[in-house]
Amino acid sequence: MNDAAEQYLIALAGNPNCGKTTLFNSITGARQHVSNYPGITVEKKEGVASVEGCQLLFVDLPGTYSLTAYSLEELVARDFIVNERPRVVVNIVDASNLERNLYLTVQLMELGMPMVLVLNMMDAAASRGITIDVTELSRRLGIPVIPAVARTGRGKDELLRVTADMARRQPKWSPVAMSYGADIDPAVDTMEAEIERAGFLTDMYPARWTALKYLEADEQVIKRGGEADSVLSERLETTASDVAEHLHRTLESYPEAIIADHRYGFISALLKDGVVTREGKTDRLFISDQIDRVLTNRLFGPLIMMGILYVVYQFTFQYSALPVSLVEAAFAWLGDTCNALLPEGILKSLIVSGIIDGVGGVVGFIPLIMFMFFAIALLEDTGYLARVAYMLDRVFRTFGLHGSSVMAFIISGGIAGGCAVPGVMATRTLRSSRERLATLLTAPFMNCGAKIPVFAMLVAAFFPAKRAPMMFLLTFLSWTAALLLARLIRSTILRGPSTPFLLELPPYRMPTLRGLVIHTFERTWQYIQKAGTIILAISILFWALMSFPGLPESNKEAFEAIRQDILAGVSEEGRAVLQAKGGGASADAKMPAEWAAAAEALKDVDGEEAQVALRNSFAGRVGRALEGVSRWCGFDWRTNVALLSGFAAKEIIISTMGTAYSLSEVREGEDLSLSERLAADPQWNRLKAFALIVFIMLYAPCFATVTCIIKESGAWKWGVFSMVFNTTIALLMAMAIYQGGLRLGLG
Amino acid sequence: MSVIPLRQMAAGQKGRISKVGAHGELGRRIRDMGIVPGTPIQILGRAPLKDPVAIRVWNFTLTLRNNEADHIHVEVEEVP
Repeated sequence: MNDAAEQYLIALAGNPNCGKTTLFNSITGARQHVSNYPGITVEKKEGVASVEGCQLLFVDLPGTYSLTAYSLEELVARDFIVNERPRVVVNIVDASNLERNLYLTVQLMELGMPMVLVLNMMDAAASRGITIDVTELSRRLGIPVIPAVARTGRGKDELLRVTADMARRQPKWSPVAMSYGADIDPAVDTMEAEIERAGFLTDMYPARWTALKYLEADEQVIKRGGEADSVLSERLETTASDVAEHLHRTLESYPEAIIADHRYGFISALLKDGVVTREGKTDRLFISDQIDRVLTNRLFGPLIMMGILYVVYQFTFQYSALPVSLVEAAFAWLGDTCNALLPEGILKSLIVSGIIDGVGGVVGFIPLIMFMFFAIALLEDTGYLARVAYMLDRVFRTFGLHGSSVMAFIISGGIAGGCAVPGVMATRTLRSSRERLATLLTAPFMNCGAKIPVFAMLVAAFFPAKRAPMMFLLTFLSWTAALLLARLIRSTILRGPSTPFLLELPPYRMPTLRGLVIHTFERTWQYIQKAGTIILAISILFWALMSFPGLPESNKEAFEAIRQDILAGVSEEGRAVLQAKGGGASADAKMPAEWAAAAEALKDVDGEEAQVALRNSFAGRVGRALEGVSRWCGFDWRTNVALLSGFAAKEIIISTMGTAYSLSEVREGEDLSLSERLAADPQWNRLKAFALIVFIMLYAPCFATVTCIIKESGAWKWGVFSMVFNTTIALLMAMAIYQGGLRLGLG
Repeated sequence: MSVIPLRQMAAGQKGRISKVGAHGELGRRIRDMGIVPGTPIQILGRAPLKDPVAIRVWNFTLTLRNNEADHIHVEVEEVP
């Protein structure tokens, strides 16, 4: 990195909740780039700061408490430091909570790269009566220490200057040789000497550090060691297990525990003799505790939580309604314009129904996702989200999930009318991988805003007197299904003990608008980049499935002949008017009765033709082929093809069904005709309708959601799994309901 | 003075950690949070369903599930 522009790589490390992201935002401003670490879903944020003619490329490492090999975040942070060798690591710590924050610092010092320590939240520390002798702390640690307040930007310039200086000087790595007590030290010394002699992994890790990791039974290092030199690696493991055995026999303890104890011992010695002094009682934590007395109270806590979650839900979906409808209107206008301008044919169909609808589908989610991320960032940054997880963990743990799972469920439609796309993305707040996967696989069972109009149509047709109780029942059913299936998933394919909970409740604090806005925009942009193209591609694929192979010429001619017959029965003037209106002719109040009748007849012919074309399309053929299975649920090809189209977006089920029943031009909101049509159809009954509702509730998520599942889980297999698993469950449930109902004589 | 499991402590009760019995991932997580022998702690309260438990350790609030708290033994002034 020693090019003319003088750019240095700097890593930013620190605990969660220590203000690391705030500092990062304040240093790099909007010049950020968010991506993922290769092959995994941990976010990688980069940003540039210019100082004194050189550029500092900051990488925001994931917030971690430690540098063990247990979590993805910690491995990422460690590997980044070891592999990328940043010139300087800026370690940011919460000044009001030094003892715990310095635990990470000590581990970084064991690795030994050049480091600058930032004492953040000096104001909070001061308000809690904590005074820190910065000069003395810096002297004892042997590294620069900079007091700062990331929220106000205090200390930022000094930090940049000191960091740039250090980067220029390019100091050597100097691992700190700490003492871990009489039981560990001799072993560490012997192992270190042995490792040094053999040059074992020394291109990556300091020798003493490797020895320490063998004692701590660090899986990653031992695995790498085994690959590098299996003989030495085994000898080191033997030494380590001898120490472990001895410790277990004499102290009933473990090497890792003793090592941790000594690190904390080092920290408390470091802070003694006036480095940190405390006075006064009233502090921010005190106020935070008072708030918690109410907000996590046994009685009021859950009530207030329900209220807040409801407000978040309202905020996400109500306030985004206007931008969403504007986007929809814009795309509808674009579609209509192209419809009018382009010549009739396959290209027009592709542009209007494939591309414009597809892009509209991608863009339509953007306001929703922005509002969702804003709301979640607000809950997260104030510290309330941790309280929600704390209060609800007992409930969700029963189903193999985590207290934080609730957010994803609610956004996905736990309060009827959400959307699984932002819902699946909301699982990012979960740090435990099995629980997170189980949550993002089951959140799509919720009744999202696209399923609701379909349910409403069916309920209006078959349960007109019980609309409200039916909708309530459906919400209840979706929660039950999601939780029970989560339990099933967690005890089968995602089997394993729950990840340790150990959640910090950070003090309540006021979030910065800047932080919220940056957070919201970068995540939304990620959605557009990552999910956008796939959603568009599948949208076009679906258009093709529904449009091809089209009708044979003979059929087209037959329909055209019927049209000509109808037109022949109208006066010449009327014919001209009707023909000018084209395919989508409709009756007009000002028309003479004769023309209007002809227009209606033409519309019926169009509907009939669309129905036959759909039946003949690839989707229609699949739908017919599936009748063999679906008849066990009471579905014929019409329902099947509608359900297939619902994979594109659930609300399309209505319009496809309309086409399949030869109702021309069934649009969203005008679904009454379909509702009446189904209610009057002797083929249909309440049992079938209910089986269909349950099927729609449970079957494969729409492909926008599947795309997000793939992106969020980082693996294609989970997207495929959700389609297969959900559809299987839906099929079994609908079958059980229909067949059971028939046995009970409900059909 | 007596040593009791953290789970048995009452809300508001104070004590000093005497032993952390967990090892492996849970043990590491517990120690990462600064829970090591000798650390003073106080029970702040419990979630509405009595689990998890919220404790004050060092200068922050930590919540942990009861089955995780079972690995932590605390020396308290008197048995509640």
